[in-house]
Amino acid sequence: MRRFFFSSFVIVTFILYVLHQKTEGVEEGIAIAPRTTPGPLPTIPDIGNPPATLSLSLTTPKVSSGYHDGTYTGDVADAFYGNIQVQTTIAVGKIADVKFLQYPNDRRTSIFINTQAMPILKTEAIQSQNANVDIVTGATQTSEAFIQSLKSALDKTK
Amino acid sequence: MKQTRLLMGMPITVEIVDNSARVGDFDMVYDYFSYVDNVFSPYKPESEISRIRDGKLSPSLSGQDIDLILRLAQETKNLTGGYFDIYRNGRLDPSGIVKGWTINNAANLLKKNGFSDFYVDAGGDIQVSGKNSHGQNWRVGIRHPQKKNQIVKVLSLTNEGVATSGTYERGNHIYNPKIQCPLISDVISLTVIGPNVYEADRFATAAFAMGKKGIGFIEKSPGLEGYMIDKDGIATITTGFSRYTVPS
Repeated sequence: MRRFFFSSFVIVTFILYVLHQKTEGVEEGIAIAPRTTPGPLPTIPDIGNPPATLSLSLTTPKVSSGYHDGTYTGDVADAFYGNIQVQTTIAVGKIADVKFLQYPNDRRTSIFINTQAMPILKTEAIQSQNANVDIVTGATQTSEAFIQSLKSALDKTK
Repeated sequence: MKQTRLLMGMPITVEIVDNSARVGDFDMVYDYFSYVDNVFSPYKPESEISRIRDGKLSPSLSGQDIDLILRLAQETKNLTGGYFDIYRNGRLDPSGIVKGWTINNAANLLKKNGFSDFYVDAGGDIQVSGKNSHGQNWRVGIRHPQKKNQIVKVLSLTNEGVATSGTYERGNHIYNPKIQCPLISDVISLTVIGPNVYEADRFATAAFAMGKKGIGFIEKSPGLEGYMIDKDGIATITTGFSRYTVPS
């Protein structure tokens, strides 16, 4: 029974999202095939890039069965509401993601870059190394360093 | 055979391992760099780019390469949320994309002429191909940002491009186009490895302007790996970067 409500909630949320977008005057249409049979919740796809971070304000849908109040309010509802919001956002984000791929724009990417959580990456203290290398990559140098490097590069070509 | 010539305001080194390389092959590469310099140098008042910048030439009347670069710059700007921008304080300077694009084109000229083992290095942005004269992957050192004759990392590359954006002693030469009085001080060097030096250069330029978030952008971009050095001498490394590093 709960799965049915979840599925209905997802469907209604999708519909609300489409209506929300239409009222915002967004040009891209979004084709959605809502689930009509109860089934497992959509799995969270990997958005990867490009970005489509969307925040949706979801209102509790009115389902005319009389069960929805008990199930969707309170702790359980909060937890699941949060999960569904995330899932829905991502699921809708995937659809929007497809659209984004076709119509990237500067502003959305900027918002994405600025709101993305930094991934946790390995760090290390840099260490000078004695190594023979063929080529060196580095930022553009000052004029003195440039002359030095040019001289040494020219020396090596002899 | 290896040559270094000074063009576009920097030393440009070309090494071709293939025994069949002749001086004419080097001339071909350097002639191409000269051509690009004449079109795109912001330091030559009569270059096409300078005349467009100074309002003496309409972009719509400019040549194919200007047109292409302007479109590539716009695409890069879109992909990077505006952090890549060839208009700085309203002044047109596409150097952050022209350099990598030119090196990549020069490398493709060599490939079209049948060469498979070479590199083209313009001011520390490099396209490699094949193997060095010892039959091994090209060993590319990342320069220490402050001690110019030392290296901090050794890379083993065979078909990639690598570009480093950073500051030099007298100040910052890449600005965050999003803020008025911009000085990027958190990050002093960002090295990006990409499938070719055009990709590496444009995204190194953009990611450097993002400050410390830039390395996160590189991490999330497929096909790019990065090594960021901050002002405290701490490097941050993308997940796949170690596939290119060599213990020295």
